[in-house]
Amino acid sequence: MTALNRHLLHYLGWRLLQSLVVSTIVVIGSFMLLHLVPGDMVDVLGGQRGDMDAELMATLRARYGLDQPMLVQLFHYVTGVLQGDLGYSFRNSNTVLSLVLQRLPATILLVVCSVAVAVFIGTLAGVFAARHVHRPIDVIISMVVLIFYATPVFMTGLGLVIIFSVKLKLLPVGGLTTPGVDMTTLQLIGDVAQHLILPVLSLSLFYIAIYARLARASMLQVLNQDYIRTAYAKGLGTSHVIIGHALRNALLPVVTMVGLQIAELFGGAVLTETIFSLPGVGRLAYDSVFERDYPLILGVLLVCSFVIILVNLIIDLIYTLLDPRVEVSR
Amino acid sequence: MLRRVLLSPAGFVGLFLLLMIIGMALSAGYFFPKGPWALVARPYMWPGQRPGLPFGTDSLGRNILAAIFYGARVSLIVGLVATVCALVVGITVGSLAGYFGRGVDAVLMRITDAFQTIPGFLFAIVLVSILSPSVTNIVIAIAVVSWPPVARLTRAEVLRVRETEYVQSCKIIGMSTPRIILTQVLPNSLSPVIVVAAVLVATAIITEAGLSFLGLGDPNVMSWGTLINVGRPSIRSTWFICVLPGLFVVMTVLALNLLGDAINDALNPHFRKR
Repeated sequence: MTALNRHLLHYLGWRLLQSLVVSTIVVIGSFMLLHLVPGDMVDVLGGQRGDMDAELMATLRARYGLDQPMLVQLFHYVTGVLQGDLGYSFRNSNTVLSLVLQRLPATILLVVCSVAVAVFIGTLAGVFAARHVHRPIDVIISMVVLIFYATPVFMTGLGLVIIFSVKLKLLPVGGLTTPGVDMTTLQLIGDVAQHLILPVLSLSLFYIAIYARLARASMLQVLNQDYIRTAYAKGLGTSHVIIGHALRNALLPVVTMVGLQIAELFGGAVLTETIFSLPGVGRLAYDSVFERDYPLILGVLLVCSFVIILVNLIIDLIYTLLDPRVEVSR
Repeated sequence: MLRRVLLSPAGFVGLFLLLMIIGMALSAGYFFPKGPWALVARPYMWPGQRPGLPFGTDSLGRNILAAIFYGARVSLIVGLVATVCALVVGITVGSLAGYFGRGVDAVLMRITDAFQTIPGFLFAIVLVSILSPSVTNIVIAIAVVSWPPVARLTRAEVLRVRETEYVQSCKIIGMSTPRIILTQVLPNSLSPVIVVAAVLVATAIITEAGLSFLGLGDPNVMSWGTLINVGRPSIRSTWFICVLPGLFVVMTVLALNLLGDAINDALNPHFRKR
């Protein structure tokens, strides 16, 4: 047991180190992108005020350290990021960090709900299809999955808006809450949930397809194993075998997949938040692209990357707990 | 191999749909010599409202069918070129990391990790907005965000092939390293990469459509995403402007996915017996 624990600790330490290295590369990459942009912060300021002369601009550059050699600037940038300083958005007159943090909860809510829905419905459909393999219901599920798999997030979003908001008028078109209404906490939760149904559905449809495919394939593989036959031979009921023995192992690839796709989900959130005008970081990035507010866009990119790195660490931890056999290789 | 792909229902349907889209892209100039931007009728005409305009007109009175034909060109070219670029970068990085191992591997794979950590679509948006929206820059952005899986896959395959006896014997007879990689290792490790390529083209088409949908497409070319973006403000009434090009995106992606599945099954001897 202690040997296993030491092994686990060693592995987690190594993963932590790896995450730090990756974070550093991301930060350096973001710095390089910031310098790919034509013009710097002082140009933006000058453009906004319109009354700056060359001398004042030079003074400002000196003050913000923009006249220093690249490597020194990089050093300042990295130490800044480490202290939570992601730069300043002159368009919004606020620090990038506080702007992003204001918007992060909505995005996290959207992504977490979508993952939950996708894993739940996807696995359910996959297991169901695997139980009835090659029967009509399996074929129908597979066809639907194939179409979901080919539909881009923004098409699903637009389609759902057309059907449920415009034609049937059942659900709100956009936003996170109904504006201008006083609500109790419980009503507020209900209201947010109602506003989230369509965005979550449109973001998760594609992933439902992926998890359904994956769960079906891994379930088929698991159901052929000896220990499943043993479980049946012991006299256990079908549902007991499926849930207690097969599903637990069939879920492992799904968990891996969630980790791999969390980055993609944040990308999909940009489209979903734009279509449904949700106040999340994706919408923030979209708006800042058209305002040419580059420090803010890169701030969104950085914060999302850090969240993703963190989530992947947590998923690795869950993975080792779900399956003690998992090889903690180096 | 081709026969096996064609004989499977998925491969047949996929290839049929794809050939149809390619046919549209090639014949766009023949059927619509005036180009996709020409104003042909009143704006917001419903499909079939006037003969000769089976898909109706958009918010400026342009022929939607013409836009879809020309859009097929953009989608296919962007998808294909971006995939080739991603394959070149990914295969190079993956084979170097896999063949040389150790330090080279560690450095290259951490860089790959970093690229995979950044949300791809968001990264593409940032790149296109920094580089200015043009077809070339969109291709670059899509390639930049889609090479990491190729690198990982190639690396894993190269790691396997590197240890085989025929590669070892090439080393012993003194073959140069680049020659071993190019003539021995790569040809034997690329078949799974080919399957991924079909999916990569599909993803690239979706990404291009997504970028154009957000208004980050090349303003000089008509793509399916551009048309969806044009139709979005009037989605409450004339929803067909969004839906029709969207259906073509779905159809193309579906075709590529089916084809990818069929190639995968044909390459995988495990499934051949079924």
